[in-house]
Amino acid sequence: MTGTAETAEAPGLIEVRGLTKRFGGKVAVDHLTFTVEPGRVTGFLGPNGAGKSTTMRLIAGLDRPDSGTATVGGRPYAQLARPLTRVGALLEARGLHPGRSARNHLLFLAQTQDIPARRVDEVLDLVGLREVARKRAGGFSLGMTQRLGIAAAMLGNPPVLMLDEPANGLDPEGIRWVRTFMRQLAAEGRTVFVSSHLMSEMAVTADHLIVIGRGALIADCSTGEFIQKSSERSVLVRTPDRARLRELIIDEGGTVRDGDGAMVVSGLPAPRIGELAAGASIVLHELTPQLPSLEEAFMELTADSVEYGEASRP
Amino acid sequence: MSAAGLLASEWTKIRSVRSTLWSLLAFVVVAVGFSTLVAFVISGNWNKPGPHPEHLTLLTDPTQVIFGAGFGIGQLAMCVLGVIVISSEYSTGAIRSSLLAVPRRLPMLAAKAAVFVVLDAVVSAVTVFAVFFIATAILRSHVPVTLSQPGVMRAVIGGILYLAVLGLFALAAGGLIRHTAGAIAAVIAMVLVVPPLISLIPGTVAHHIHGYLPTVAGVLVAQTRQQPADVLSPWQGFGVFCLWTAALLAACGWLLVRRDA
Repeated sequence: MTGTAETAEAPGLIEVRGLTKRFGGKVAVDHLTFTVEPGRVTGFLGPNGAGKSTTMRLIAGLDRPDSGTATVGGRPYAQLARPLTRVGALLEARGLHPGRSARNHLLFLAQTQDIPARRVDEVLDLVGLREVARKRAGGFSLGMTQRLGIAAAMLGNPPVLMLDEPANGLDPEGIRWVRTFMRQLAAEGRTVFVSSHLMSEMAVTADHLIVIGRGALIADCSTGEFIQKSSERSVLVRTPDRARLRELIIDEGGTVRDGDGAMVVSGLPAPRIGELAAGASIVLHELTPQLPSLEEAFMELTADSVEYGEASRP
Repeated sequence: MSAAGLLASEWTKIRSVRSTLWSLLAFVVVAVGFSTLVAFVISGNWNKPGPHPEHLTLLTDPTQVIFGAGFGIGQLAMCVLGVIVISSEYSTGAIRSSLLAVPRRLPMLAAKAAVFVVLDAVVSAVTVFAVFFIATAILRSHVPVTLSQPGVMRAVIGGILYLAVLGLFALAAGGLIRHTAGAIAAVIAMVLVVPPLISLIPGTVAHHIHGYLPTVAGVLVAQTRQQPADVLSPWQGFGVFCLWTAALLAACGWLLVRRDA
């Protein structure tokens, strides 16, 4: 079963081309095109309701796209032989029967792929659920349920991991564990595609970001580049001679907004503003470069695409 | 992905939830308990004065009396199990895990149907034979009924076949409706409510429609002898029931592949 075409080249590549999905008349995913590369953690970022979960469900073949394609290792998910050995997906916390034990949940999944039962015990150890393996999953905490989902994703030891909000419901220790785990998987050369609505979470985990809003692509770049690009550098300036400095700044190509008792200048770096002021003998009381937080940068970029007051998942 | 693996997987699923055991237990207890009770009552009242229509039925169609009581109600437990085997995957979200593992979907449905129908048939066979031997032992002094009498063996085997196909019928309904309560209501309506309603309508058209209803046709194969009012022969009736079930399963599979999970 192995050695088929999809393993020949880049088994870890996720390719999404023009992917579109509507629910009723509402566009959930809007002509999305991006590629997820192996060997790094790719963050899939967007506000709640941006279409992240739907995109992942489309990649995993649970939903049918209205148009466009999504492939893993060059093939649509539905055409993968033994798909759990190619892609490990944690899509929703509640993908299991509450009356079934953790072990039996993993066992039935393993059996569909002809994965030996001892692998079930291995992944239970991996996520630290060995002790409760024979307990009904319905009694698990959110964090344990999430760990069980990660165990299921790792069952086939796949080159691609696709995790939808894996930190959801985890305590700080669990969050750190997931973070380390994802970094480790990427270091092993696997593709790690992980969604989140929290920029701060992605800033410390992801090497690369794919940002969407209202189902459409907003950014596809490295995490550093995203921060750089999105933080429209602005500078806070206080001066007794606002009118003259404003004129100079505007002539130089900057833009000025008035704050309370100060000006916020964008489009010019702080040293250049200082030089302009010195050249015209204008006194400066303050000259402070503003470093917007990642969260702010993210909010700024996605501000137009937040769906107010509406939950996304149909 | 091997057929053996898929069958093993579905067996793991069905044996690892409590609803399976409870449904089957309810089926056996109700079927055996009720049939035994009715046999005892018939036997106890045998020589009492009064009209005894069941005496005539016992002579012309003994399996109807023996099975009718217990399986008329007991079959509902099998219907419930058939529905929840698939609908519980939707209500709990387990279907997403299942379809991630078997994204072509139809092999999963086929394996699920196969595992369930075998379980259904095995439990039904044991229960049907148990009911038959218990009831005939109780009634022996009044009306001896044996497997070698004409039509009796066919009716006993027919009862097992009916229960097996009924389970598949319920499973297909569960997969179509995907909602446990809704699907159980629909199946019970088809088994218990619709046939007597249709039979209230006078005229031959309604009589024929009634005769071709899934379970009305299907249960004929569990009768020892064709009754004058029956539209179909035992095997014709069973064939009609199988066609209904096949159509429902086909619709279930067709939608399973096309619908978002």
